[in-house]
Amino acid sequence: MSALLEVEGLDLYYGDAQALAGVTLEVPRGEIVAIVGANGAGKSSLIRTIAGIERCRAGRIRFNGAEIQALESHAVCNLGIGQVAEGRQVFPSLTVEENLEMGGLVPRARAGAKAKLREVYAMFPRLEERRAQLAGTLSGGEQQMLAIGRCLMGNPEFIMFDEPSLGLAPKVVQEVLHTIRSLNAKGMTVLLVEQNVAVSLKISSHAYVLENGVVAMSGRGTDLLHDDRVRQAYMGL
Amino acid sequence: MPVEIYLNVAASGLLTGLVYGLMALGLSVIFGVVRVVNFAHGEMMTLAMFLTLVLFNALKLDPLVLLVPVAAVMFALGYLMQAGLINPFINRPEHSQFMLLVAIALILVNVQLIVFGPDAQGIRTRYSFDSFKLGPLVIDASKVYAAGAALVVAAALFAFFRFTLLGKAIRACADNYDGARVVGLNVKRLYALTFGIGSACVGAAGAMLMVVSDVTPAIGPAYTLLAFVIVITGGLGSMPGALLGGLLIGVTEALGGVLFTPSAKSMFAFALLVLVLLFRPQGILGRRET
Repeated sequence: MSALLEVEGLDLYYGDAQALAGVTLEVPRGEIVAIVGANGAGKSSLIRTIAGIERCRAGRIRFNGAEIQALESHAVCNLGIGQVAEGRQVFPSLTVEENLEMGGLVPRARAGAKAKLREVYAMFPRLEERRAQLAGTLSGGEQQMLAIGRCLMGNPEFIMFDEPSLGLAPKVVQEVLHTIRSLNAKGMTVLLVEQNVAVSLKISSHAYVLENGVVAMSGRGTDLLHDDRVRQAYMGL
Repeated sequence: MPVEIYLNVAASGLLTGLVYGLMALGLSVIFGVVRVVNFAHGEMMTLAMFLTLVLFNALKLDPLVLLVPVAAVMFALGYLMQAGLINPFINRPEHSQFMLLVAIALILVNVQLIVFGPDAQGIRTRYSFDSFKLGPLVIDASKVYAAGAALVVAAALFAFFRFTLLGKAIRACADNYDGARVVGLNVKRLYALTFGIGSACVGAAGAMLMVVSDVTPAIGPAYTLLAFVIVITGGLGSMPGALLGGLLIGVTEALGGVLFTPSAKSMFAFALLVLVLLFRPQGILGRRET
């Protein structure tokens, strides 16, 4: 069976500057695939292109077998592609509950939004405690929980995480990674972009190394973890 | 002059100010969400006023009833303007947006001149010459009704943004554009709805103003300027600020008119603007950009 998400020969430009060059990768259903690479390697650009926020100049993106590279971001979301964006991107002057409601507005999730809200609150009791609080007043870790909860409200079958541990305390990072693993254990397919290379290689089944917009290496997470080049370049070992 | 006169003038300025405030609220909502300054705001206001006039002559209904269809037509116009003309300009530099909206304003003024002619036209309702007595105050009934209608529409708008999912989604777009796209909100459609809602405010305000004032195509630019002064005084992007700014400008203009001369009343509104810019540049209820 073909993979849930297939990216083939993706080229992305910002003006004249090329951000992605011929990126090809697959995310099989039910797995965690990691993208690692230095700052500016094109990791976030890749996620934003899949999400329909950036327009690629060449290449194909297939989700469930259908081409999606020409779709607008709201249409991509409605296919079940969720995103937990870099910097969390919550709505600071909306309450926690209103933030979650916004996640449930995509047509595919609207009917089940009430039930989903209870599910998210069961998963993150902290969010329920703070439901009436403005999202801008939450701590970084709580905002990350909110961003994940908001994404789940859209009833996705595939979630892209962009730097979910950035700027969080080590204990909170553990919580976030635990959340990602337990979502995956329940069948969620995950694309994980992380600066924390060791951790993301450990929890992923497959990983791609992105360098200057090009896939430089790929392989099983555990194999890359023991690869000397990866260890030298990204883990300082 | 006896002090009652000042009180009367201030009260009447306060009531007109509420209608001005509603008009400015439209500008503020559009700017706060779409981040486009509607330079055709006053011209849309006179269009709404003429629309009220035409409907009044045809149907003989009260302008405050007509505000519903007028607001609906203006909503549709605003929605189409944003969806068809302004959305393609959203990511362009501000000066191209400025030229687009000034062009729309010029077209609106001149079409109104061709269709309705340059003369001032007004409406006479059955309560045009009524007034209420409240202690020493004598207040025009038409101003009271218009201001009451403005309050109702403004309250409905606040409730819409506070309690409905659509209203919250529009606030979300204003709050975090990237975040709105990440969660799959259809930002362009929400922008069009916002421009429609802002235009509906203008439509409602235009119908109300028709009860208390005449209309000519030539005053469109003056209303655009008035809306800017009000919004900047009250605080850009703040909805309560727009209403408060409207009240302040209404009273200032009215008092300036009696204290000095009516033809110089705008001078006092601009003086207030200058004072606000000097001492509180973000506007009275505005928040500082962080």
